[in-house]
Amino acid sequence: MIKTDIVVIGGGPAGLAAALSAYEKGVKNILLIERDKELGGILNQCIHDGFGLQLFKTRLTGPEYAGIFIDRIKKTNIDIRLNTMVTKVSDDLTVTAVNEDIGAYQIQAKAVILAMGCRERPRGAINIPGTRPAGIYTAGTVQRWVNIEGKLPGKNIVILGSGDIGLIMARRMTLEGATVKGVYELLPYSSGLTRNIVQCLNDYNIPLKLSHTVTKIFGRKRIEAVEVCRVDQSLKPIPESREIVECDTLILSVGLIPENDILSGTNISMNKVTGGPFIDNRFMTEVPGIFSCGNCLHVHDLVDYVTDESERAGENAAEYVLYGQKEKESSGIPVLCGDNVRYTVPSHLSKDGKGALTLMFRVTKPMKDCTITVASDGILLLSLKRSRCTPGESVRITLPEDRVKTVLEKKTPITVSVTE
Amino acid sequence: MIYDFVIIGAGVVGCMIARELSMYRAKICLLEKGNDVASGSSKANSGIVHAGYDAKPGTLKAKLNVLGCALMEKTVQELDVPYKKCGSIVAAFDQEGTDSIRKLYQRGLENGVSELFLLNREETMRLEPNIHPGVQGALYAKGAGIVCPYQLTIAAAENAVSNGAELRLNFEVEKIEKTEDLYLIKSAKDTVKARCVINAAGVFADKVAAMADDNSFTIIPRRGEYIILDKTEGKTVNTVIFQPPSEKGKGILVSPTADGNLLLGPTASVIEDKEDTSTTASGLDEVIKGAMAAVPNIRLNKTITSFSGIRATPDTGDFIIRESEKNPRFFHAAGIESPGLTAAPAIALYVIEMIKSKGILLEENPNSVRIRQGIPRIAELPLEEQNRWIQKNKAYGKIICRCESVTEGEIIDSIRRPAGATTVDGVKRRVRAGMGRCQGGFCMPKVLEILARELQCSPYEICKNEKGSYILKEGEIEHD
Repeated sequence: MIKTDIVVIGGGPAGLAAALSAYEKGVKNILLIERDKELGGILNQCIHDGFGLQLFKTRLTGPEYAGIFIDRIKKTNIDIRLNTMVTKVSDDLTVTAVNEDIGAYQIQAKAVILAMGCRERPRGAINIPGTRPAGIYTAGTVQRWVNIEGKLPGKNIVILGSGDIGLIMARRMTLEGATVKGVYELLPYSSGLTRNIVQCLNDYNIPLKLSHTVTKIFGRKRIEAVEVCRVDQSLKPIPESREIVECDTLILSVGLIPENDILSGTNISMNKVTGGPFIDNRFMTEVPGIFSCGNCLHVHDLVDYVTDESERAGENAAEYVLYGQKEKESSGIPVLCGDNVRYTVPSHLSKDGKGALTLMFRVTKPMKDCTITVASDGILLLSLKRSRCTPGESVRITLPEDRVKTVLEKKTPITVSVTE
Repeated sequence: MIYDFVIIGAGVVGCMIARELSMYRAKICLLEKGNDVASGSSKANSGIVHAGYDAKPGTLKAKLNVLGCALMEKTVQELDVPYKKCGSIVAAFDQEGTDSIRKLYQRGLENGVSELFLLNREETMRLEPNIHPGVQGALYAKGAGIVCPYQLTIAAAENAVSNGAELRLNFEVEKIEKTEDLYLIKSAKDTVKARCVINAAGVFADKVAAMADDNSFTIIPRRGEYIILDKTEGKTVNTVIFQPPSEKGKGILVSPTADGNLLLGPTASVIEDKEDTSTTASGLDEVIKGAMAAVPNIRLNKTITSFSGIRATPDTGDFIIRESEKNPRFFHAAGIESPGLTAAPAIALYVIEMIKSKGILLEENPNSVRIRQGIPRIAELPLEEQNRWIQKNKAYGKIICRCESVTEGEIIDSIRRPAGATTVDGVKRRVRAGMGRCQGGFCMPKVLEILARELQCSPYEICKNEKGSYILKEGEIEHD
């Protein structure tokens, strides 16, 4: 069994940032495991720009953004294991991995940082009736073919779902000479970023059909057409609105799911809303020594936030390795979802947490001129105005250090609410 | 080349017959119109090993069901196929249901089913804690089980081919001509000559019979729609849960699968097109309602896909396994609807006996083997064993499908094996790459690459399943 201080699982933006910050905090024995043949994760296929606006105040492509961190990590002594898949994580901080050269092996760590990212929801999960021909792919799969492998899967495209990758692929396919017939979104609003709707759809005259969905698939060998319907307020298709749209490819952008399959053997409890683990303000899961960050914690809309969050997860993991855990209490002080809040990250506070508290959350519906409040035991800790909040754009707020102290002393749950 | 036996149809029935025949010194050819074995009903059904209380006593169906159920354990051991003897229950939720299961119990005894019990409410709840609390009792068949239907078919085909049988895919029989002692079986391009013919053409068995001027039966295609849930849900139930049968069939079942998923379905609707495997909104709704009536806490948000399969229902009410009245040495194994999967091993033996009874000589082949070793499931092995495989071949250390932890070595095996995969779905059915919760979103481009490399063709020639179902439609992107 190999022994090390920290194992970081995943070499995408989350894993890179977490490994680097743990290293900079003074932990020297770090092992970073990546299943692909190179570092960078999904950023490698995101050749569009817009990354880094928050963090570097400039517009970078995905590979450029990843490149900054890859260059930095190459200057460290962090042990990078490429083409290696982690198959299991255990509560005792052992990690089982496999690759072609070493075979299957185990690593004993003092802390584990989960940074596995997320995957796409497939067709089956949304149960579209009809045939099951070739030509139905998730947006990320198509993105890989077009941007990495240089293959065009089809030329007559319908996109279901207005997640960011779907929007970006609408533009990408158009630029490659394909016709995008439309982007159909079940909800009355898009789950993608506003800037993507403007830059990827509006600029190319691609219609965005809100409150619409695909209700049937036609074609036996290769997809030939889809039936689309408008939906009512309860999201039920309205049969009279039925329309047939011919296509040779259906691209799905119907949601991302944190990738946490390897945790099934652990006692880490998962938040059903986010699909990621419950964590405290140190990014530590309910199993001491296992930390989570990036899209396997909760799906982000901006990589800049992933980096920021993962750096803090890395720092906390380093502290854990260097100084151990002071507070033994497991659950801590809960952070509760108040009015119009779907989830918060973190979900609880630990006394070991230090400094100001960054809270990330999503709202349940689009809202305008709203007030965000954080309260505990009847005391208003924070109140902020926002001109708008949408479910597609996560909200980040910071609770100053003195307020966090108040909460930790009082030990009463804090509640985040948004009201119009 | 004149074949002793030509079998038309490489579904579970055709492949099991080919396998049994391959134990004898005979020239065997297995014809399949699809581009893989198990590409019709055998790939999309409930995968249940029925105990045998359903069929009407005295029918061939009843006899071969009970026999097949008894043979299944040995068959899956020989062929190394996923199988679990998990038992089944028919749950009664009202007086009518209670009456119905009593009748089934009696019928089961008449059919010679062993290990059959009537359970009261408490016993049923103990066996199935997640069943609807309104349950009144159940018929418990301990000998029932679940088997992976396409793995069974593939394994039987592989075993037959290893023993010298020939498999010809993409051979759609269009015409059958007769000479004095031979049958000439023709596709659009090709002809094979046979002394004996076995018609195991599933939903098209009536069409094949008619090509030999035999119009003695009709096959009515009945479609069943299914929903399959993630492996995390496989333990929702312990046994196969049926509801009391109606004239439409055995109703909606809730069952674990041999691979550990949870299966709901099927519906039963008569359709026109024998190949219309589409699903419908109303059908999927019916599946959900029916399943939830028996097991209310099924987590539907763990659905990974839905599909439908066609059952070959004969107009005669029973399996049609006999010599064609008009054609000597032309045997039907037709109308094999449920419990056809269970019965398949018994049908194969029955066909062998039938052939022998017609005075056709069958001499055992000492070189034939009954054992087929499955493709290793690396991820399920202990670490040391995994490493033994990886030392032999590095490709067993490279995971391609993350949901099901399938390695490149397994995928290569699935292509290189006898009767190997040539399509993305073919790989999926053999080693489960793409069968998991992401449904190939991650591994499909890689599987496509491996297939193209192994088959020495362009990725643009690779199909999802049937001919023409190209994964990639357009060409390479040219960048200036």
